[in-house]
Amino acid sequence: MTEDAAALTEIEQDALAEIANMGVSRAASNLRQMVGEQVLLSVPAVKIVTREAASKLVERNNANKLVAVQQSFEGPFAGRALLIFPEAQSLELVRSIIGDQHSLEDVIDLEQEALAETGNIILNGCLATIANVLHRTMRMSLPSIIRGDGAALFEVDGPESGGQFVLFLYIDFNIKKRDVHGFIALLMDLPSIAALKMIVNDFINGIEKQSSDHVG
Amino acid sequence: MQYKVLIVDDSKLARMVMASAFRRVRPDWTLVESANADEALAVVSEGAVDIALVDFNMPGIDGLELVSNIRKTHPGMPVAVVSANVQNEIIGRAREMNAGFIPKPLTDEALAAFLSGATLRLKKQTS
Repeated sequence: MTEDAAALTEIEQDALAEIANMGVSRAASNLRQMVGEQVLLSVPAVKIVTREAASKLVERNNANKLVAVQQSFEGPFAGRALLIFPEAQSLELVRSIIGDQHSLEDVIDLEQEALAETGNIILNGCLATIANVLHRTMRMSLPSIIRGDGAALFEVDGPESGGQFVLFLYIDFNIKKRDVHGFIALLMDLPSIAALKMIVNDFINGIEKQSSDHVG
Repeated sequence: MQYKVLIVDDSKLARMVMASAFRRVRPDWTLVESANADEALAVVSEGAVDIALVDFNMPGIDGLELVSNIRKTHPGMPVAVVSANVQNEIIGRAREMNAGFIPKPLTDEALAAFLSGATLRLKKQTS
């Protein structure tokens, strides 16, 4: 398959960004509830890029030491969802979730647990909302934690080469008072994009039908 | 009336969050914690608990399978699936087994609402 065959039209990109936005908004509202503070979000970006380019995008201004909680998903399309932030902010994020009353030792003890459960809640919120919006069902794996640079997170050197094109969908979040920022990212493989295009078009047709029903 | 509640979640943090919510909404109830479905089934079969709150996404047997197992021996026990996986399908499957659904992140309100319903049901069963 060439990249052209899978390229998304403008309306498909818009629709996908909107669907992602719904998922990520749910994720942000979950995060906000967990930390009890405002979480700011950027506009979601949708790109078809190589794994390698995607890995550079998340490194951007961050040190190349990152932590990610990842969950794979399968269903009408498959991929991975990741909650990514700089490793240096990991303990602060955990502290903001378990509360300031805990000692540093407690925070360190609970770090893995807290990251996994936080990732689980945030990524599940995002993926489940997307599945509901699209009237589809998705299976999600258990959360796992990866540490490293962008290449490690996106398996640039893995069995699928770094030059392989993927659909990369991401949004920045920022916990204002805590100086914690990061990304929620979805990474989908090309065979899935073809399936995704069909589903997104069903979604678009559904909206067009709804609006014509209203007019009529 | 005080009841004994089983919390099943593979995440220690999730169990801590649940226990802390219980201290606010039902401080005098007793909690029993299990980290997986096998442990949970052993506790339930001993007849030691009145209510069960079950995480969905766990290694091995998932929460819905666990509820279906509990239902075989305890058709009337108030049970809820607790999960951030708010897919309509998951919520629907919980309802089909006559189980509640409580979304994560857990709120005191959602927990208290489920427990009030559960209390009513248990009272009805004993009266």
